[in-house]
Formats: sequence, structure tokens, C-alpha cells
Amino acid sequence: MRAGEIRVAINSDQDIVAARQKGRALATELGFSTGDATLIATAISELARNIVSYARKGEISLKMVHGSSRQGILIIASDNGPGIRDIRQAMRDGFSTSGSLGLGLPGVRRLMDEFEITSEPGQGTIVTVKKWKQ
Amino acid sequence: MEVPILKQGEVLIATFQAALSDADLEHLRRGLVQQVVRFRSRGVIVDVTAMDVMDSFASRTLREIAHMIRLRGAETVIVGIQPEVAFAMVQLGLTLEGVATALDLEEGLAYLIEKFKNID
Repeated sequence: MRAGEIRVAINSDQDIVAARQKGRALATELGFSTGDATLIATAISELARNIVSYARKGEISLKMVHGSSRQGILIIASDNGPGIRDIRQAMRDGFSTSGSLGLGLPGVRRLMDEFEITSEPGQGTIVTVKKWKQ
Repeated sequence: MEVPILKQGEVLIATFQAALSDADLEHLRRGLVQQVVRFRSRGVIVDVTAMDVMDSFASRTLREIAHMIRLRGAETVIVGIQPEVAFAMVQLGLTLEGVATALDLEEGLAYLIEKFKNID
């Protein structure tokens, strides 16, 4: 079993596809169900799309994590883009500044078990999400 | 990646592959609308059975395709959304409001034929 970290550079819409395929492959390898692997791949797709739309480039990192009694997948989406000024607003359904659907972040939070976001205007954004194996 | 578009009488059938990028989806949207005009098609079936992820961009593009085609006076049916994909879409808050869906190609064709009957 692969223990290392998989890092996918996100520079274009093609990379969104690559990132979600790698995420699905890792989730399957870790023993996630097809349904959960789909949720994970969908979340990665949204996170990678946010990078392309708002920051133009960044990175998605995928890794296995151990909880006290369970295994999971850890996904970190990071960029050095403009950052998010009002995180609370960005976490509301329907909010968007790029003319997209604006469901990205709250939707991703619903797809995953744990969700954390840090962002500094002018510095970038880091979204960290986890999903645990049932 | 090219999406094959088949012509079956008055209906066009587009079959999506698993790994479509945003650019592929936009290309398909243009292609489908052009072909609907060219062949004077009355119905379009978009088969997404092979799609493993339907994210916000993909569902928005599907909705736009259906609405553009409706403005041309034709009907669109999305067929083959996989159960786990449907589950992820609901969790993400994505809907295909105003777009007809059917279980598979066969049901999609049956839906269109029924629609055509009502119009004729």
C-alpha cells in the first residue's frame, strides 16, 4: 500500500480531471466504497476548480491518514491566490465572486467528514478536508 | 477528448466519457447545439453513464445545453446518472432543474417519442 503523499499541480482544467482521478484511485486503494470514492473525487474536483477559477494555480495533495481506530484520506488544496476576505460569507450556500455556481465550499464540506479553511487576503488559501472509512 | 454524437432519425445521441475536462464540455455544448440546428433535430439524449464525477461545472453545462436546445424548439434528456453520482450531486447541492432525466438510453428514447407524439 502506498504510504506517501501524492501531489498534483493544478494549473488548468485538465489538471482538475487528473487530480480527481488520482484521488479516486487512492480512495479505492485505501478500501473506500465506490460511493465514498465518488464523493471524494467530486470534492477534489470542486477544490481544484476553485484553485483554477480564483488563484489560477496551486496544488492538491492527497494522503492516507490514521485516526484512533480508523483510516481515512486527507486532501489539502493550497494556492497563493488572492485569498478569501470573508470566509464566513464564502461558506454560505449560493455565495460566489467569480460568477460560478457558488456552491463550492459549503458543498465540499457536506461531501467530507472534516473541513478546515485558512485564508489570508493576498497570501492564499488552504482548504484541508478528511473523509474516514466507514 | 471528442464526444461522439450519433444521429438517430430526429434524435441526436451524445455519449459522455469518464474524464471530460471543462474545455471538452464547452466543446460539446457548442457541437451539440450546432448539430441540432444542422439536422433540425427534435430531441437530444445526453448519455452520462460513464461519467464518474458530476461537479458544479458539469451540471451547469448540462443545464445550459438543455436550455439552449429548448430555445431551438427541441427537447433534451439526460440519461444514465449513476446512483453514487446522483448521491454526490445532492450532497453538493447540485440540481438539474428544468431538465428531463431518464434511467437509460431506452427510457430516454421512449420519453422523447412520447413528447413528439404530444406535439404532432
